[in-house]
Amino acid sequence: MLNPKLHLNEEIFLKDVELKSTRQGFGDALVEFGKDPRIIALTCDLTESLKLDKFAKAYPERFIEVGIAEQNMAGIATGLALSGKIPFSCTHANFQPSQNWAQLRLSVCFSNANVKLIGSHSGLSNGPDGGAALSLEDIALVRVLPNMTVLNPIDYWQTQKAVEMAIKHVGPVYIRVSKEETPIITSADTPFEIGKAQVLVEGEALTLAATGPIVYEALQAAKELKAKHHIEVEVLAFPTIKPMDEETLINSVKKTGKIITIEEHQKYGGFGSAVAEILAENLPTPQKIMAVQDTFGESGSYQELKDKYGLSSQHIVIETLKFLEKVNSK
Amino acid sequence: MPNNINLEALEKTAETLRETVIKMLLEAKSGHTAGSLGTADIFTALYFHILNIDPKNPTDPTRDIFVLSNGHICPILYATLAERGYFDKSLLWKLRKINSPLQGHPKYNELPGIENSSGSLGQGFSQALGMALAAKINKQSNRVYVMTGDGELEEGQIWEGAMFAPNKKLDNLTWIIDRNNIQIDGQTEDVMPLENLRNKLESFNWFVVEIDGHNFEEIINSCRMAKSVAQRPTAIIAHTIPGKGVDFMEYKFEWHGKPPNKDQALKAIKSLRSLQGKIKSEYD
Repeated sequence: MLNPKLHLNEEIFLKDVELKSTRQGFGDALVEFGKDPRIIALTCDLTESLKLDKFAKAYPERFIEVGIAEQNMAGIATGLALSGKIPFSCTHANFQPSQNWAQLRLSVCFSNANVKLIGSHSGLSNGPDGGAALSLEDIALVRVLPNMTVLNPIDYWQTQKAVEMAIKHVGPVYIRVSKEETPIITSADTPFEIGKAQVLVEGEALTLAATGPIVYEALQAAKELKAKHHIEVEVLAFPTIKPMDEETLINSVKKTGKIITIEEHQKYGGFGSAVAEILAENLPTPQKIMAVQDTFGESGSYQELKDKYGLSSQHIVIETLKFLEKVNSK
Repeated sequence: MPNNINLEALEKTAETLRETVIKMLLEAKSGHTAGSLGTADIFTALYFHILNIDPKNPTDPTRDIFVLSNGHICPILYATLAERGYFDKSLLWKLRKINSPLQGHPKYNELPGIENSSGSLGQGFSQALGMALAAKINKQSNRVYVMTGDGELEEGQIWEGAMFAPNKKLDNLTWIIDRNNIQIDGQTEDVMPLENLRNKLESFNWFVVEIDGHNFEEIINSCRMAKSVAQRPTAIIAHTIPGKGVDFMEYKFEWHGKPPNKDQALKAIKSLRSLQGKIKSEYD
């Protein structure tokens, strides 16, 4: 079922699939690529939370504790970038971009400064902390900014590659990472390129397009749809939200004629919106956007929140069946 | 920084810059007059005496860096850079026009000598901290200068930065506050009092100097003093007169964001020409 060209984790469908957080992928990658003396890590009182403790220990002269001051952090990162450094401005996604969006706009993006931004504990992954702490608007906030590249890697290994490519890319990059330990989907051998989507599973019936660790739920749904309903859907992973891989998207819906998008984000302005913008201009296609439906979140475990807000694999299966019936009856 | 100060030359340059600013704003038909005129002496002192810069090599990594955080007073920055030879003076008449590198607020990379984008208050200040930090990490000896307005100090980001710089011992940073007491809605002390500003900054562990921002010797000597302060940054509270040099504009907050019309521009230039020899004596 899995695309053999991508060297995906063969144990992905096992019950005891290996779990690792994408924030850990970020922290580990930063230590590895931190050998580059241009790299500086900044954080707002969240060193361990962002998995920066190893970097801070390895490169203390290039680790900057800013205190709880996100606006100042984004500005300092800009000044470092304009001086030739490659700063990583790191905090939770519900503080960056929301608390320092004006700085991301004017200081970082307007100057096209080479700043890398990490938004962790994103989506539903900061569950127990409640609605105040869930970051469900960050993709919309960064996506609208000119010059910004937006990455939302799907697992631990892909986050490492995203960090590596973000360092090579000249210009602002936002990388969205998760608090929760989530299944390993890719491997160290899976290719990754900024701006490229990946066809994880090929199918004809419908396109399931997802971004971030929630891709795992789409894979589970695809497996169940095939096993129980004999429906073969195509599963696309979009670790890059901007610039979006229009070619892979359009080629897929040319074949399937319908698409469901899945994201841990508000329905308005996020990944589903980005897909709709491209399809509306190029190949208008019936689309269902599975996302948080214009409401704030609440406390609960990651799994409980995915269940309650309709983003677990069971929901994807049900929505796929409903959507197929609706589109096919027209 | 040379030791001897050529007061006469500096006064003459400042007068030229003020006249250029009036002409630019007349041509642009919009823009910020009061702060541009009020800081002309500081800009002259910086670019014609204090800063270690080479207009022919504007990205030299060993250069001193000047960050303008209150970007709305960019007419004086543009006039100064052109006068210093960063770009051709004919560009000055394109201020705020379509397809022009002289944006209404400065944009990084549009013009040689522009070190940062600005236009949302507080943001240039943090960028200057990052530049000073980079110089420290690189063990470079160049300095970073940042100018903010005084109304700008109402932004919370300024105080985030004001805590950061002494904590990181950024003694390569000089912060010049244009203390002209006005903002768009009126006097700063009516809108949102900043006093006692000196005490506030000293309690944040800045080395603080207060000067007459129209006295070249004080501007230059305070910047020289800042170079000898170790382990902490320096803040220079430069008391200036908004609209300085044009009698009917001085002290008037109404001129914060307004350009002169043709009659006013002619009167302003006449008023400026009567300034000769008066700048230094202002403080005496």
